Amino acid sequence: MQPIDRVEGRAIPFGRKNVDTDIIIPAQWLKTISREGLGKGAFETVRAEPDNVFDNPEFAGAPILIAGDNFGCGSSREHAAWALTDLGITAVIAPSFSDIFSSNAFKNGILTVVLPQEAVDRLMEVAATDPIHVDLESQTVTTPFQDRFTFEIDPFRKTCLLQGLDEIGLTLAKTDAISAYEAKLASEKPWLVPAAA
Amino acid sequence: MTQARTLYEKIWDAHVVDQRDDGTAIIFIDRHLVHEVTSPQAFEGLRMAGRKVRRPDLTLAVPDHNVPTTARLDADGNRIPIADPESRAQLEALERNAPAFGVPYISATDIRQGIVHVIGPEQGFTLPGCTMVCGDSHTAAHGALGALAFGIGTSEVEHVLATQTLQLKRSKSMEIRVEGDLPAGVSPKDLILHIIGQIGAAGGTGHVVEYRGRVFEQMSIEGRLTIANMSIEAGARAGLIAPDDTTFAYLKGRPMAPKGADWDAAVAYWRTLRTDDGAVFDKSVVIDAADVAPSVTWGTSPEDVVPITGVIPDPESFEDASKRAAARKSLDYMGLTAGTPLAEVLVEHIFIGSCTNSRIEDLRAAADVLKGRRNAPGIKSALVVPGSGLVKRQAEEEGLDRIFIEAGFEWREPGCSACLGMNPDKVPSGERCASTSNRNFVGRQGPGARTHLVSPAMAAAAAVTGRLADVRELV
Repeated sequence: MQPIDRVEGRAIPFGRKNVDTDIIIPAQWLKTISREGLGKGAFETVRAEPDNVFDNPEFAGAPILIAGDNFGCGSSREHAAWALTDLGITAVIAPSFSDIFSSNAFKNGILTVVLPQEAVDRLMEVAATDPIHVDLESQTVTTPFQDRFTFEIDPFRKTCLLQGLDEIGLTLAKTDAISAYEAKLASEKPWLVPAAA
Repeated sequence: MTQARTLYEKIWDAHVVDQRDDGTAIIFIDRHLVHEVTSPQAFEGLRMAGRKVRRPDLTLAVPDHNVPTTARLDADGNRIPIADPESRAQLEALERNAPAFGVPYISATDIRQGIVHVIGPEQGFTLPGCTMVCGDSHTAAHGALGALAFGIGTSEVEHVLATQTLQLKRSKSMEIRVEGDLPAGVSPKDLILHIIGQIGAAGGTGHVVEYRGRVFEQMSIEGRLTIANMSIEAGARAGLIAPDDTTFAYLKGRPMAPKGADWDAAVAYWRTLRTDDGAVFDKSVVIDAADVAPSVTWGTSPEDVVPITGVIPDPESFEDASKRAAARKSLDYMGLTAGTPLAEVLVEHIFIGSCTNSRIEDLRAAADVLKGRRNAPGIKSALVVPGSGLVKRQAEEEGLDRIFIEAGFEWREPGCSACLGMNPDKVPSGERCASTSNRNFVGRQGPGARTHLVSPAMAAAAAVTGRLADVRELV
């Protein structure tokens, strides 16, 4: 995973609430066996709407996306995070995220920034004309107009993002603890291993 | 004296491998279901890092999302290749990856094949008190048997394959207590739609839900699976129902469930899996069962629920500005006008299937309504997609297939099908479907498709009337 400490640039003022992962990447794009190239299908149904923000040249290459409540709800498809990465988006700002999406985003080095609706509304205004600055180390979002919003982030996730840590590698470093748990399980709940399929 | 704990806390505590000071824990995963769509990149990741699957014996793979629901074998018993090259490649990737990594695999032509969330309980792979994951958000379904089950992304699939654990933080707990009994003609699907309508699509975010009350205690496992399945549509990653004698009776003798003395030891443990008196939930919601009617969605979020006796709501009636905007967009997409009675909305397509409603009781409920009736002339397509090969065979033994076919339905092979429009089963753009699935999202059943979520009996009622209809008027 690429380390990430700040994201700066234009932000796509999408603003919609309950954006499900079918919206972010429709099912017909899930047939791939690769993580690459999903930006082509990203927000396909939204992009069919005239004057949508995603096809506005003003926001071409914008690294930040601003959305409404419950962003990334629905399907667990990590293709949604891969599609955002492919679009060049490395931070999403919203009042709330679905649990699975925020986990998927984190695993792919996308920062999910939770801010109150009023702050999101203000950033939507700014985003129409000006860039936004997200700083992970200080946990702040700032604008050229002296706006400054702080956000919370899980300390473990923050460290992983800042250092670009491989979570599987971190867990495998605890292999002894896993083996000890398995040994205990085998003696206390031997019935847990299923009969062969 | 130990502190009173919720069912969720008990299962969590039993699975902590390592606890860090910042609250993150390494949690052991007892059961991992794998399907063809969210696993190829995970197996590829293992291969590139030179890693193995740590516990193939706790893993089970089956294709379901992509497989066509038309015949899979020709007259000579040879396999019919999947026409779509991308779907075929994805299926072939799973067929290669499972044996290469030693993972047990149920193939598309096996009688046991079906939707992951149907075959888990059916095979006895799902057990009470287990932690269970799958790269699919409807993994929540297995909470019906008292398993802590939740959907994960592909990076987490890879993490579980490599380590048989996940790094997690404990969720908050939420109680949804339903008081009283459901009125006649009201099904578990109507209840869960009603609950989602009440608490909203993000009402359970950050929480693990436990469903409590007499209604659930008296409900069959099939009904409980429908309830727990849709926990995710209220934002909750997992939904639990405490295991009881109904659960044990359902599991006993299933192929992968414990046997003999192991069974007795397992049941003794499972009986401890109840929320203690005095345990505290972070959030509690009370629902009166008497308020629940056959429910239908009108919009493009599962929270957009009204009783079939109601009308399409006026977007301006919502307090929240973003909800008003969302409702206007939804009605535009759905081609509906505020104030129209639900029962006047015409439908062209019927889908009975999905991990929410494709089990034997669901098929029986629909067949009860269809018996001696025929689909209305306006119905262009009507599909029944049983949840597994075993459900299909049982339904055929009960003669349900003939009732469906005589009514004008197509009787298909098992899979996810038109729930998510990945395989060829799709609803055409601008056309309307009464569907027993779980999501009415924009484009979910195919680009431009308009979905109304209903129970199996209500889907059958829509089929015979050609419109959204109150099944209570037909029985």
